[in-house]
Amino acid sequence: MGSLDLLMQGFENAFTPTNLLYACIGVLLGTAVGVLPGIGPAMTLALLLPITYSVEPASALIMFAGIYYGGMYGGSTTSILLNTPGESSPVVTAIEGHKMAKAGRAAQALATAAIGSFVAGTIGTLLLVLFAPKLATEVVKLGAPSYFALLLLALFAVTAVLGSSRLRGFTALFIGLGIGLVGTSTGQPRLTFGSPLLADGIDIVVVAVAIFAIGEALWVASHLRRRPLDIIPVGQPWMSRDDWGRSWKPWLRGTAFGFPFGALPAGGAELPTFLSYITERKLAKNPEEFGHGAIEGVAGPEAANNASAAGTLVPLLAMGLPTTATAAVILLAFQSYGIETGPGLFDSQPILVWTLLASLFIGNTLLLVLNLPLAPVWAKLLQIPRPYLYAGILFFASLGAYSVNFQWFDLLILLVIGLLGLAMRRFGLPVLPLIIGVILGPRLEAQLTEALAISSGDVSTLWSEPVAVIVYVIIGATLLFIIGNGLRTMAANNRKVDA
Amino acid sequence: MTVVVAYSPDIYGQAALEYGATEASRRGEKLIVVNDTKGDAYVDKRLAAEKEIDALRAELERLDVLTEVRQDVVPDVAEAVLQVSAESDATLIVVGVRPRTPVGKLLLGSVAQRIILDATCPVLAVKPDAG
Repeated sequence: MGSLDLLMQGFENAFTPTNLLYACIGVLLGTAVGVLPGIGPAMTLALLLPITYSVEPASALIMFAGIYYGGMYGGSTTSILLNTPGESSPVVTAIEGHKMAKAGRAAQALATAAIGSFVAGTIGTLLLVLFAPKLATEVVKLGAPSYFALLLLALFAVTAVLGSSRLRGFTALFIGLGIGLVGTSTGQPRLTFGSPLLADGIDIVVVAVAIFAIGEALWVASHLRRRPLDIIPVGQPWMSRDDWGRSWKPWLRGTAFGFPFGALPAGGAELPTFLSYITERKLAKNPEEFGHGAIEGVAGPEAANNASAAGTLVPLLAMGLPTTATAAVILLAFQSYGIETGPGLFDSQPILVWTLLASLFIGNTLLLVLNLPLAPVWAKLLQIPRPYLYAGILFFASLGAYSVNFQWFDLLILLVIGLLGLAMRRFGLPVLPLIIGVILGPRLEAQLTEALAISSGDVSTLWSEPVAVIVYVIIGATLLFIIGNGLRTMAANNRKVDA
Repeated sequence: MTVVVAYSPDIYGQAALEYGATEASRRGEKLIVVNDTKGDAYVDKRLAAEKEIDALRAELERLDVLTEVRQDVVPDVAEAVLQVSAESDATLIVVGVRPRTPVGKLLLGSVAQRIILDATCPVLAVKPDAG
């Protein structure tokens, strides 16, 4: 077992005092930002990207992984106690979880969410360790045409499959691809408007900070005063024997739903958590309890959510394809260390990758140990006045953007793209396609250039590999399905209008 | 002519409410209970939950004077209490005072202090019973 040895070595590296400290900071920070609605792991990671200039790669990535997993835990606390889904928590958790909390079972809801997340996170990470290296060895054999097709699929799936409005999704995607075009990487200046400051392109770190931090901060500032919500007080989370008996099967089923969906390029947690919720409702002994606080309805979706988070790391590590906003920013962290992401990652950076994987296990355990006793403390975070929070965020965002190149021009870009982020939130445009577009756009172009260079300009090379053809068929089938669905809804609407 | 109570769902607000209710009955004036929030945090402990407000309303029903409970999102709680007092021509404002360290006062300010200093009518500062 080569991977087992490598994993053990990874644990050895992750267990150094420094790295453990970074893991602790990561999970605490991650939970904190997960608890606060609006401030998610993606924004936090974007704000922390500048630390990649001074911290060792392994330590920074360990911390980032802790934040990624921690955000899930924190999010469930907010959904259950406040009925407001946190940044990265399934909507369905809030349905049953908040009902449980109202019925005086907040402690049990928090416990089943936390332990379920731990179980799902651990199993998910195990599956990740098993599958990602195998997948990477397969993907690394693919040529540029196949890789181009896969990138195209990722862009298409993130835009078309997730989110409610295709038009808004594609609008965001093309804005992102447009931002990715700026610069002179091809030798010709594109979209630089004759400015030498734009010649190197727009730094993706600045884009990420602007979209996630500035956009969100302005959005919150634009409707700051809202009636505070009634929070349900909670003590130490715990579960009775009966709760355990009702929870463990949903945990496992949720994991089974979550991981594959996370691993698909069209990842995301909405679908598996929803499926898990429906399944639990069907299988429950007392289905009438659903809608009034059924513990299965918290256990299943929370497990699915965390398992899909682990699943998301499969395409990220094995192919360099991010499918969630947080994964996209983790990819940026890799890139800012000059690490080549993609199928070669497991071969070129074995120590780093396996330390990261080992630290996922450690982070997951830390989360359970730290967060079960700390739940009441996390709930207190919600009392922080938003002006203090967002003033801090704006400060760190500006500092971070400025520290990229130490030029005022980046602050201007930060502001402009931040306003774009505000406008996107105002008009309901999803930010995920934009950030994925900015990151994958240049790589898409590079693969296309490489493929065409090898074939000396013959376009048919793009469908010369079987994998590429399969991927195009998948894209085509999905497109047909979406169009068919759209036409059917339109027809149904027309009928309604006629009747 | 009214008695205005600056209320929060804790022992300090309760103390203020009790004195205010007694005082309003004695004077035969309308009792206005103000429980406002700045609304800048996701959770404000000084804002009574809906259940608590319902219980409060039921409790106030038993008084023999007119009562009104207000919950608004305002830029400044002390300012809002003063404004309600001015508009309703208050003869008395009742506030509960809570212990504050100098640092706490510097950071968070004191609603009671601002009401006491800026009010144009007498202000009754109440402390909960020790014990």
